[in-house]
Amino acid sequence: MTIPVNSLLQCALDDERVFERADYEGPVARWCAGCGDHSVLAAAQRLLADEQFLPETTVFVSGIGCSSRFPHYLKTYGFHGLHGRALPVATGIKLHRPDLDVFVVMGDGDCTSIGAGHWVHATRYNMDMVALMLDNNIYGLTKNQTSPTTPQGYPSNTQPRGSWLPALNPIEATLGITNASFVAQTAEWIPPHLFATIKAAYHHEGFAFVRILQRCPKYTAPLFEEGLKNPDSIELLVHEDGIVVEGLDSVYKNQVRHDPSDIHAARRLAEFDGHTRLGVFFRDESRPRYEETRYLPAITAEEKVSRLSEELDLHAV
Amino acid sequence: MTTKAQTETASAVPSDSGEPRYQVFELPEHTVEIVSDSGEGAQKCGQILGAVTAKMGNGVWTVEIIPAEIEPPPRSPAGGSGNRVRIGSEPVTNWGDETQLMVAFNEQVLLGRHRLNALADDATILLENIWADHPDETIKSAWEEAQREFEQTNYRIIEVPMQEQCLTVVEDPRRGKNMFVLGMLAWIYDRDLDLCRDQIAHAFRKKSEEIYNRNVELLELGYGWAEENLDFRISIPAQPTTEPMVVMNGNEAVALGAIAAGMELAAMYPITPATSASHELGDVFEKFGGVVHQAEDEIAAAGVAIGASYAGKVAYTITSGPGLALKTEFLGLAVMIEMPLVVVDVQRGGPATGLPTKVEQSDLLAAIFGQPGDAPHVVVAPATIEECFHVMVTARRIAETFRTVVIVLSDANLATGVQPYRRPELDPAWVAAPPDLSPVPEGLKPYDWDAKTGLSRRLVPGQPDGMHTVTGLAHDESSRVAYSSAVHQRSSTMRSRKIAVLQSTLKPPKVYGDDSGELLVVGWGSTKGAIEEAVDRLRDEGMSVSSLHLSFLSPLEPGLTEIFSRFGKVMTVEINYSDDVDAPYINEENRRRGQLAWLLRAQTLFDIDCWTRVLGEPLRPRAIADAIRQRIETVEGDGA
Repeated sequence: MTIPVNSLLQCALDDERVFERADYEGPVARWCAGCGDHSVLAAAQRLLADEQFLPETTVFVSGIGCSSRFPHYLKTYGFHGLHGRALPVATGIKLHRPDLDVFVVMGDGDCTSIGAGHWVHATRYNMDMVALMLDNNIYGLTKNQTSPTTPQGYPSNTQPRGSWLPALNPIEATLGITNASFVAQTAEWIPPHLFATIKAAYHHEGFAFVRILQRCPKYTAPLFEEGLKNPDSIELLVHEDGIVVEGLDSVYKNQVRHDPSDIHAARRLAEFDGHTRLGVFFRDESRPRYEETRYLPAITAEEKVSRLSEELDLHAV
Repeated sequence: MTTKAQTETASAVPSDSGEPRYQVFELPEHTVEIVSDSGEGAQKCGQILGAVTAKMGNGVWTVEIIPAEIEPPPRSPAGGSGNRVRIGSEPVTNWGDETQLMVAFNEQVLLGRHRLNALADDATILLENIWADHPDETIKSAWEEAQREFEQTNYRIIEVPMQEQCLTVVEDPRRGKNMFVLGMLAWIYDRDLDLCRDQIAHAFRKKSEEIYNRNVELLELGYGWAEENLDFRISIPAQPTTEPMVVMNGNEAVALGAIAAGMELAAMYPITPATSASHELGDVFEKFGGVVHQAEDEIAAAGVAIGASYAGKVAYTITSGPGLALKTEFLGLAVMIEMPLVVVDVQRGGPATGLPTKVEQSDLLAAIFGQPGDAPHVVVAPATIEECFHVMVTARRIAETFRTVVIVLSDANLATGVQPYRRPELDPAWVAAPPDLSPVPEGLKPYDWDAKTGLSRRLVPGQPDGMHTVTGLAHDESSRVAYSSAVHQRSSTMRSRKIAVLQSTLKPPKVYGDDSGELLVVGWGSTKGAIEEAVDRLRDEGMSVSSLHLSFLSPLEPGLTEIFSRFGKVMTVEINYSDDVDAPYINEENRRRGQLAWLLRAQTLFDIDCWTRVLGEPLRPRAIADAIRQRIETVEGDGA
């Protein structure tokens, strides 16, 4: 089923405006120099211009944390809400207005800790939106506390002798959720890969979960050094149904052909085994989407009143 | 007390003498209760009796008796399930006092109600007799033990062979007694059998015709049995009204009110006693383009409603106390970003899981002040089932006009109470207009606060040239993050001012009774009917008592200090906890008062007293009257 094009969308199709990247740029971002969030913002702005999004029908929803300042630096509609609660807000927006393009920006604490319940259920709702999880393996804004994705043994202010437990694996976890339809991983320090992944996520019809490995120069720089300096530590998942990024072959020689329709292969590849894998792990557009199953045509006020009157008849004395 | 309970075995009364075999008691009102084990259908019996009674033009108020478990062990005093129906000649505004006629499917559920003081001392009880000679010794001795407890009362217990009778029609008596009992009650209260049949058809509309026929057969069997065997009937003349009426419970009224308000999204998570509103809505909402979204948790339900409101149309979320607690942070956010939102809190006993199925009014202060930080918003409380409908229309409109959160405080009493009320004259103007997606005029900011009122126009995604990011961080008119404290001072003022502006549009509440006098009783929410009935009785006794009922709790309605100054003493009556004045350790300084009393004292500086109870049931007019009488006597005693 497809949602009928409403009048708003129709007007968008007739739109003759042309948008430059600068049209999507908000005030200068206040993240630290060298923070990976800058790269993600640049990729998002490039995508917006490339795809000629209408600024007024695009909504970026975020939680709380460094990365959640994201919407402030764009000239679209934005919703900078509560820690961990970006997904329910996005769910409400999309449920009510399927015509809006919705992006969710969360940090690792947001998504995998305080908002973990919503992560599970938003994945299952499979609503057509892009969820970007900017994972710097630490709580940054609150100044260096262990997050669920902090590697075991890595010290922080709250676990100074090193994180007690093995890190949570967000890709593996998402792949385990019933009705997951798009699961990908990328790294912000490889801009072409980052861009291609976000773009593929946007074009996916359903809930597109993208974990973005993101440097925090302040608190977790050592964790990303290997990936940054040694391209051989990275393995690209390539497939025409996933993403293939031109021009990376000479640097990223480790490439695995992975068919993203194969959930079992995806789960094996998602396991921690010393490799950092980037690409689309899983993709299936045939999964039901909640906003489609719940879609209802608009009803006029007069029609509502007349139907409600019939309803009151059932209660009439 | 000298007389003791009398137990009789009902048997056909000879009518040879030519005298009527039964006595008819003509009464202005009567209260009947039907209680069974869960699953035996006493609730359905009570609901049908209530509906038939309403349709015959009587006043009626029904209250569900619900155990906390789905199917508690059979024959247990705390497991009784059923319905309490108060029938009157005039409109009935509350559940009344003690039950006068009780139908009990076993002596244990009767014992449960007896121990809760639910029954009048001289109540008549129609009790299933199968247990008296039960082959199971445990059951038999439990029966005998219960009889000994009843002997301390003046109950008139009539044993009825319900099972024996029902087995002539059905194989499983657990499935038939309720309709047999309905038939008995139809005879006792002289209910129209055709209306009973119509209501049975409605209640079992999803079942087969065979089931309908069997239920009607049981109804007629019960009617005939009562006619043959009982020696009393109760006549409560009806005063049919020409005004069109509808009958439903408060949760159904909330659901239909939300539709009338044009809301298209209800986000909820299952919680008692709020959830049945979503059952009603879930059944019909899609016909109105509406979605009931069952969220993964209470927090998400609030988030989804806020997201939907943000996207254009005011949505609502419905919950009870524990859920309200979980939604707290989101409510603060909605206030901060001035996002219209309606929250219905169907209050139950607390704190924590408390009394999930039972009424309390303990969320008032949490609803008003529960959000950390300064989060001014609106709190209203419907007092009747009719108001449960209309409050949704008002709440939606206020939320939208004032860009704020409106919390509607219903409670378990309204949620499950069934009462007829004037059929609403629906108006398309109540229905929320589709979101305005026109381009935003140049220079208009997302929070263009009017300096005097704090009001501003909300911008909705889809509106060209209105792009901005709403944020829970302190922000200025342009929704830019504030890095100066002056911005926070100003924006806080603007958000607070709106509440005062709303108050300026309200009328002072009307005093019930004389405009001045010795004592003014102030209430809020579902207690209105019971308080006013108590006031009526006291005024009939010659006491100088009036009452005042508040619909708006935040902001409070205007003119309260002026009204209070016309009375010698002001006290609140509420279903929440307060320390009794004469309790150990309690003095004027440390006494914890009823929540409205606390609020009114702070706001008006009047020395406001209170009488409150947390018995897990609605207040009875008699109990309220007794408490007020005692207060007045204390005052007079002090003066002497």
